[in-house]
Amino acid sequence: MYERITGEDPYRVPMRIYPAIHYTMGGLWVDYDLMSTIPGLFVLGEANFSDHGANRLGASALMQGLADGYFIAPTTLAGYLAGTPLPKVDVEAGEFNEAEQAVTARIERLLAVNGRRTARSFHRELGRLLWDKVGMARNEAGLREALGRVPALREEFWQNVSVPGRATDINQALEYAGRVADYLEFAELLARDALERRESCGGHFREEYQTPENEARRDDERFAHVAAWEYTGDGREPIRHVEPLTFEYVQPSQRSYK
Amino acid sequence: MKLTLLVWRQAGPGAPGKMVPYAVDDVSPDMSFLEVLDVINERLIARGEEPIVFDSDCREGICGMCGLVVNGVAHGPEHATTVCQLHMRHFRDGETITVEPWRARAFPPHKDLMVDRSALDRIIAAGGYVSVNVGGAPEANSLPVAREVAEAAMDSAACIGCGACVAACKNASAVLFVGAKIRHLALLPQGEPERARRAAAMVAQMDAEGFGNCSNEGECEAVCPKEIRMLNIAKLRSEYARALWRGGK
Ligand code: FES
Repeated sequence: MYERITGEDPYRVPMRIYPAIHYTMGGLWVDYDLMSTIPGLFVLGEANFSDHGANRLGASALMQGLADGYFIAPTTLAGYLAGTPLPKVDVEAGEFNEAEQAVTARIERLLAVNGRRTARSFHRELGRLLWDKVGMARNEAGLREALGRVPALREEFWQNVSVPGRATDINQALEYAGRVADYLEFAELLARDALERRESCGGHFREEYQTPENEARRDDERFAHVAAWEYTGDGREPIRHVEPLTFEYVQPSQRSYK
Repeated sequence: MKLTLLVWRQAGPGAPGKMVPYAVDDVSPDMSFLEVLDVINERLIARGEEPIVFDSDCREGICGMCGLVVNGVAHGPEHATTVCQLHMRHFRDGETITVEPWRARAFPPHKDLMVDRSALDRIIAAGGYVSVNVGGAPEANSLPVAREVAEAAMDSAACIGCGACVAACKNASAVLFVGAKIRHLALLPQGEPERARRAAAMVAQMDAEGFGNCSNEGECEAVCPKEIRMLNIAKLRSEYARALWRGGK
C-alpha cells in the first residue's frame, strides 16, 4: 500500500513517516441506550461520543461499531420501538415543511453568493489553520488565534464562495460547499473545547501541560469528565455540560511508550 | 507533467454526451488520478463552469465508490488498483488520457462520469445478507469456522462492489460481483440456513436488472481491484444449480 501511494519500495528506501491526526475523537452525546438528545435518533459507533474518550484510533472505532451494533442497539432500539407510539407522519407535517424550507433557504443562499473563491480553497485554508493551531500539539495562544480566525473565514465564505450549477440536478460542488459550511461551524467548537480543557489527555496534547519528560500531563482533579456542548442556535454561544468520569476497577494512569 | 484528459461530459440521463479535452500542464507524478480531476474541477469552478461529476469517497481503495474507464480499461492500467489509488507516475508526460464512465445497460448514466449502480444494491437486498433476530448476541464459540474456510470466505468478501467487472465485460454481466457475494455467505455457517433461497433470489434479481450473461471472457477478473477470481463465478453456478434442485429453499 505504501509503495502504491509513494512509488517507493520501503525495502530499499526508508519509509517517510510523520504523525498526523486521523481522528477527532468526540461525537454526538448519547444516553446509555445510545439515543441522542433527539428522541428516536440513535447514534451508533464512532459517530457517538461514548466509550473511547480522548483516545480513539482506527481499530477501537471498529470495535465500538461492532459492540454498539451487536450488543446494545438490538436491545435498546427494540425497547424504544416497542414502548413508543409512532403515529404516521407525512410530508404535510409542519415539522417537515419547516425543515424543508430551512434546507432550501440554505441551498439558495449558497448558490446566490456567486463569489470568487471555491469551497475547496476555504476547506484548505480551514484545514491548514486547524492543523497548525488545533493540531496534535496545541497551546492557549494558538487556540485563541484559531477562535479569532475561524469566524472571519466563515464570514468570508458566505460573502465570497463560488458554487456553480443548479440545485435541481446532481451538483457535487453544492454538496461540497454545504459540508465546508458545516466544517466552518464545527471548527470553532473544536477549538473552543480544546481551549477549555486545560490538561493533556489521550490524543490531545496541550503544550502547557506536560511532564518534565514531555509526556502528556492530565489533570484528573479538574478534568476527569466528558464535556458535551449544547447547541443553542446559530451565532449563539454553545453551553458546556459536564459528565464526570468515575473509575471503579481500572484507574487512569500515565501512558508511556518507553 | 503535461497531460490532456479527454473526458466524457453528459449533462443528464437523456442528454447527448461528448468527449471534452482538458489540458493540465502542472500535474505532479505523485498525484492520484482523482486529484487531477479535482485540479481540473477547481479551475472549472473558478471560471464559473460546471465541474466534472464523478464518484469517490474513501480514496484509499476500500469503499468501491470510484470507478472510471481510463484509456479503455476499468480503473486504469495498474493491476489490482482502484482508480483512486492510481497515480500519475504510471502515465507518460504529454499523454492524452481518455476518461469514460462505466457503461452498462444496468448502470444508467446520471451525469458526466457518474452512473447509477443501485442495481448492485438491489441484488444485495434480494439476498446478500444473513437474517438475524434482534436480542442478545449468540455465543461466538458455538459457531466454529475452520481457518481455511474463513480465509476463502474473506477472499470473496473482499469485493468492494465497485462494478468494474460489469464495466469490463462485453456482456455487461455482473456474475463476478454476485458470485463473490454468494460464495462469501455460502461458505460460512451463518449463511447456511438461507443458502439456496439467497442464490436463487440474487440470480433472479441480477437477471431482472438487465445484466448480461457470462461467456467466460475473464475480463472481470483482469480488472478487479480486489482480485476476485473467476472461481466465484463457478461457485455461483453450482450454488444456483443446487438452489434449483432444492426448489429455491
Ligand atoms: S474512492 Fe473508495 S475505492 Fe476509490
